[in-house]
Amino acid sequence: METGMPEPAKRRTRSRGKADAARPAAQSRIRREIRMFRKNRELLVLALPGILFKLVIAYVPMVGLILAFKNFRYDQGLFGSKWVGLDNFEFLFKAQDAFRIIRNTLLYNFTYIVTGTVAALLFALLLNELSGRMIKMYQTTMFLPFFLSMVLVGYIGNAFLDFDNGYLNKLLGYVGISPHNWYLEKTPWIFILPLVALWKGVGFSTLVYYAGITGISPDYYEAATLDGATRVQMMLRITLPLLKPLVIILFILGLGNIFRGDFGLHYFIPNNAGPNFPTTDIIDTYVYRALTKLGDINSAAAVGFLQSVVGLVTVVSANSIVRRIDRDNALF
Amino acid sequence: MSARTLNLSINAFFIVVCLLIALPFVLVVSISLTSEDSLHQFGYQFLPHTWSWEAYRIVFEKPDSLLRAYGVTAFITVVGTVASLLLTAMIAYPISRRDFHYNRPLTFYVFFTMLFNGGLIPFYILMTQYLHLKNSLAALIIPSLMSPFNIMIMKGFLDKISPEIVESAKIDGAREFRIFFRIVLPLSTPALATLGLFIAFGYWNEWYNALLFIDDDKYIPLQLLLVRILSQAEFLANSPMAEVSDKLRFAQFPTLSVRMAMAIVASGPMLIVFPFFQRYFVKGIAVGSLKG
Repeated sequence: METGMPEPAKRRTRSRGKADAARPAAQSRIRREIRMFRKNRELLVLALPGILFKLVIAYVPMVGLILAFKNFRYDQGLFGSKWVGLDNFEFLFKAQDAFRIIRNTLLYNFTYIVTGTVAALLFALLLNELSGRMIKMYQTTMFLPFFLSMVLVGYIGNAFLDFDNGYLNKLLGYVGISPHNWYLEKTPWIFILPLVALWKGVGFSTLVYYAGITGISPDYYEAATLDGATRVQMMLRITLPLLKPLVIILFILGLGNIFRGDFGLHYFIPNNAGPNFPTTDIIDTYVYRALTKLGDINSAAAVGFLQSVVGLVTVVSANSIVRRIDRDNALF
Repeated sequence: MSARTLNLSINAFFIVVCLLIALPFVLVVSISLTSEDSLHQFGYQFLPHTWSWEAYRIVFEKPDSLLRAYGVTAFITVVGTVASLLLTAMIAYPISRRDFHYNRPLTFYVFFTMLFNGGLIPFYILMTQYLHLKNSLAALIIPSLMSPFNIMIMKGFLDKISPEIVESAKIDGAREFRIFFRIVLPLSTPALATLGLFIAFGYWNEWYNALLFIDDDKYIPLQLLLVRILSQAEFLANSPMAEVSDKLRFAQFPTLSVRMAMAIVASGPMLIVFPFFQRYFVKGIAVGSLKG
């Protein structure tokens, strides 16, 4: 429904437009825009602080992506620094760091998506089989780690992984395995990080899927009960198929974000210890270190550029796949 | 398998899962309550060999840095949440109005920032070289002031306000500003509360921007204080000089139990508040996940 404008007024405008058909169309369009602007200006003013804020904080830094093609020096600034073409990328890929951090980012994120989806789906399905007060308690407990900051999770990790006092070494001691210096080793992180990610995130994803399940109409289950279906049959034949769109969508959107790593997880849990970088370093931690330590800001800008651009491509393609499956659930 | 055994085994399964999830946290609490001597002797244990409140006594005896960090965190949480809610609602409301002419371009303008960004380095240079926000409270508040995700959730809430209310207010001669502040905002108190909680938890747990922009002790929030304590201790333990410096410097740094006690004291309020507000979070998630 069009608002504000009373019906007769609208008709008048339209008929006048027809009478002056000879006038260039562009002019009348400008006029309409001006009228629209005046009609909407109050709402526009309301949005203005946010628009300006986004402009400065989100859009201006996009200009900074040109740094990937420059040799940045603080004294010369963003625009004063020299253009160097693709030199930063060349250096990046020669140094082998690029391969390592991109591989780690992709493999870890893929692992997190798969393990997270499978576990959360299983938990949600099982929760749905229960009734009563216990559900709330389970949910609350599983949700707890979601609210702990990664810093605190780092402390918890330290309680287990510390060389001298850590609980993990103590447990291994019971079965006669000599203690490990976890922070200085490479291989264990392939298991530790996904485990921590699962521990922290599974409660949240379970809630999302559980909310999806409770949204399913009870009619299906009533009809199935009348036909004598068992609970397992109902789970496999009703709940899972009806949940499939949500699962696929979240999975694909997760894949769309596969280039964006979890900085906190990969920075605090391995405790930023050099010897484990080969298996823990991801794009986000690499860029951070390049920026804050004496690292190489130019290759960091190059890899950051790749992350932004490739990230956009993956998100947009993931979304177009979702659109093809189910229009209503696409992000855009 | 009968329904009863099935039910029992599912319950058993979840009890095990919940224990696995809760126990790591319990371990940290236990360590903070263990006497330093028994930590050195037996390592970390779930059941302390000797219980002790010593660590907490030490934390509260010289609470200067902790109190200051608490102050910083409380400040950014309160100011950040209020400012963020206001800005978010102010841009989400026009987007939610179907008769707003610039509805679609504005939605795209906000949404695009969710898909694409300049990345860390340009952002860092903007914040430090152009806006000169290094070592300021603003550096902790500004970056997360307007998350596109929150704007979309807020829009989802505001969509439910019936256009007739706005319409009738307009007929009564109210202007958009008045409608927004006098009608729309009061009507969306539940939405603001839910989103406000999300935002407040975000600010309370803020460490990322602190890590990037804060060196000055005056502006260290709780989480950054924890980062520093842990990395100092770890640096000592892993450095080649550890054994030499151990005896010399150990006294200067929080000992094992004190470290964990600090972590508990820093995150305590959140953990106490969390179960009460979980309900709101669940509601928010349901809205956010079904249609972002």
